[in-house]
Amino acid sequence: MKAIIEQAKHHFHGGLSLDGHKQLSMQHAISAALIPDTLTVPLLQHIGRPATAIVKIGEQVLKGQCIACIKDDKNTVTAAMHAPSSGKVVAIEHCAIPGMLKQSVDCIMIQTDGEDRWHPEIQPIAEPFNLTRDDLKQAILEAGIVGMGGAGFPTHLKLVQEKPVETLIINAAECEPYITCDAQLIQEQAEKIIKGIQFILHALNINHCFIGIENNKPDAIQALRQAIESIEQPPTKQQCFIKIVQLPTRYPAGGEKQLIQAITGKQIPINKLPRDLGIIGHNIATTFAVANAILEGKPLIERVVTITGDNIAQPQNKWVMLGTNMQQLLDTCGYQKKSNDEVIMGGPMMGAHLDSADYPVIKTTNCVLVKTKPIQTTSLPCIRCGECARVCPANLLPQQLYWFVRSKDFDRVQDYQIFSCIECGCCDYVCPSHIPLVQFYRYAKSEIWNQEADKEKSDHARQRHEFRQLRIERKKKEDAERKAKKKAMLNKKQGIDTSAEDAKKSAIEAALKRVKSRQTEQSAVAKNTDNLTEQQQQKIAEVEQRRKNKTRQNNNE
Amino acid sequence: MMENTAPNSVTKMMLNVIYALIPGVIAYVIFFGWGVIINIVIAVTTAIATESLMLHLRKRPVKPFIMDGSAVVTAILLALALPNLAPWWLTFIGVAFAIIIGKHLYGGLGYNPFNPAMIGYVLLLISFPLEMTIWLQPDNNIGFTQNLSHILNSSAKDLNIDAMTMATTLDTVKTQSGLGQTYDTIRANHSILFGQFAGYGWEWINLMFLLGGLWLLYRRVISWQIPVAFLISIATMALIFYPATSTSPIYHLFGGATMLCAFFIATDPVTASTTPNGRLIYAAGIGVFAYIIRMWGGYPDGIAFGVLLMNMAAPMIDYYTRPKAFGES
Repeated sequence: MKAIIEQAKHHFHGGLSLDGHKQLSMQHAISAALIPDTLTVPLLQHIGRPATAIVKIGEQVLKGQCIACIKDDKNTVTAAMHAPSSGKVVAIEHCAIPGMLKQSVDCIMIQTDGEDRWHPEIQPIAEPFNLTRDDLKQAILEAGIVGMGGAGFPTHLKLVQEKPVETLIINAAECEPYITCDAQLIQEQAEKIIKGIQFILHALNINHCFIGIENNKPDAIQALRQAIESIEQPPTKQQCFIKIVQLPTRYPAGGEKQLIQAITGKQIPINKLPRDLGIIGHNIATTFAVANAILEGKPLIERVVTITGDNIAQPQNKWVMLGTNMQQLLDTCGYQKKSNDEVIMGGPMMGAHLDSADYPVIKTTNCVLVKTKPIQTTSLPCIRCGECARVCPANLLPQQLYWFVRSKDFDRVQDYQIFSCIECGCCDYVCPSHIPLVQFYRYAKSEIWNQEADKEKSDHARQRHEFRQLRIERKKKEDAERKAKKKAMLNKKQGIDTSAEDAKKSAIEAALKRVKSRQTEQSAVAKNTDNLTEQQQQKIAEVEQRRKNKTRQNNNE
Repeated sequence: MMENTAPNSVTKMMLNVIYALIPGVIAYVIFFGWGVIINIVIAVTTAIATESLMLHLRKRPVKPFIMDGSAVVTAILLALALPNLAPWWLTFIGVAFAIIIGKHLYGGLGYNPFNPAMIGYVLLLISFPLEMTIWLQPDNNIGFTQNLSHILNSSAKDLNIDAMTMATTLDTVKTQSGLGQTYDTIRANHSILFGQFAGYGWEWINLMFLLGGLWLLYRRVISWQIPVAFLISIATMALIFYPATSTSPIYHLFGGATMLCAFFIATDPVTASTTPNGRLIYAAGIGVFAYIIRMWGGYPDGIAFGVLLMNMAAPMIDYYTRPKAFGES
């Protein structure tokens, strides 16, 4: 094929030029994997649902044998797991796993036998381009391949086409400092990588692809170019072409959205996915895993990991069996532990800071980095200098977001598009007041999610409550109606004529009224008594008194 | 432009601002004598003392906040705005007010809505108009000790010095224009006040502040929007009203505190607008207000009022100029 190399035509907002520290781990070729005594294979290594274990404790397993598979339908976000080496399953138990997934999940523990015997069914697929696209997807699904750059999204799900895909973008940017596993894999395995890309193009039924790579990796670019030139067109009808796009070395050029913008000039709209624009992205290490699965039938059981950082005598890239303990890995690279060291899975900007190295390597572990913790500086108040906004690749106003998060004004936080934040850490890095901004945004995001969950819950509760009120009222009404009916029925039975009783009552009332009016008339007379002497007045009073007494007596009688 | 590669800090930013002021201060000393240095020393001492006091009273850690350098920058900027014969108590009151009322009563660093140096300056301008307008004429021949003793004991009249005081170029042009004179006649009558293209001495001081400001831009301590928009705004105003006022844009760009404002005062991040477009509007607004007050207001220069007026508007400007986030339609 013909190799095309070009410079990225577009650019993304913000970003940082960081010290690469990439030479550290690129002194030697990728070293071979060691076989650790025990392997810990978590059943969940990415977002989504855990796979279902299909081996029992005590069972012998061979290298490459499937030990956990997808039980639900094929569209569930999950991936199969395989035994990285031969040995015996000794336990299936809860273990902590590294990275963003803070919960612990079931892990299959394998005691290796050191023989590293392959499962007999591991065979290359003959004539892969004659496979139907569905068969190709099935092969990738069975190999348990996930995106090896970041989130570990199962690869077979990114080959499902609901909408037509036009462009494949292979992410080889590797923009984080220290990490070199992709660059070195390209240098050593470029041909396989290009074949993997051809398979993915075949599976997606498209014919062109961009490889985005930062221009600080000339050796890798050269290797890719040579590989593309040496490989023939796949024996399909379509003519494939693969373009290498050199990106300026600017973190986070490898962010999916930033990479797509740099290569195509398109911005993925908020709440949309690349595939909504007809774009699919895959990491370059993933394409290697795809080639391995199809050309050799090998599932994803090992990967290249960069082991580098401070206090490591031999920083290097190494093939590592999935499930290998990170501590053991560090020890083989001559790591001398210091008290204020910190182990990071991934790069210094976006990696997961681990509390210890006692974690298994998983499918997305591209780097195990040891860094001396920086001396804690107290953060000063925000001086609104706007440096954060200048470097923000999502073009947000980080300092405004920070104020709103601090005042817990989460509506405003959402108005300022917090969910566009990719947590790249550029704002943290440049902040002159040393404010841990990303921590604030993570807090705000989780707080908003919690609030929404709470709201859903309370809405549900309120609906239930309202329904209950309605039910009680309806019951009351029904009871009242029933009672009235019953009474009417009862009255009918006893034959009481209510109208006669009413007539009696009104007659009594009329009589009482008459008496009362007469009394008032009596008290109203004898008012022509002005200008009387005191004695006369007294007499009248006495008469009145007597009369009153008399009426009282009458009433009493 | 320099790439941002090294971790930054507030202290570094403030130190850079102080370094960038040095050429302008040197020009000041060359043309107006030692007064400005004495003012700066008094101002900085006052600032550190009041800042420590306020931090102590507010139960905040004193050392990290003193070391951030923001109080020192406030003090220097205010001192640069004061006349070179300002009595010591004038500087003291201005700086103490700026730090205590203008900064700490609002919550200290990062929380003050108004530029503290300009708050202090405006207080002095309104309360002590006489002291604020008496400048030692350029190229005077009083020495350091004489200047110092005058600042420390201004009540003792020194006829020798009094004979050498006068209003600034801006002030003179304004009062004389008010009496109906053209720029050219004013220039002819007060030739000592005019240099090559603007006020004598002032043109060089402004050039040096421009130099320092460009260095700050290069060091990425300040962003380009504020100085560029401010200078364009004031030059445009001058151009529009050139026929009416007969003062040229060059005269305005290199007169008074224009360059100091463009690169050092209006760029105070805490009180300025923070969005890129907001900064353009904010700075352009200062230019308009500064020009109007300078030409037709009651005070010789309108920079301080322009800055304070736009400080008030900054939150609103920010609200309406939020840039579109990635992928936002």
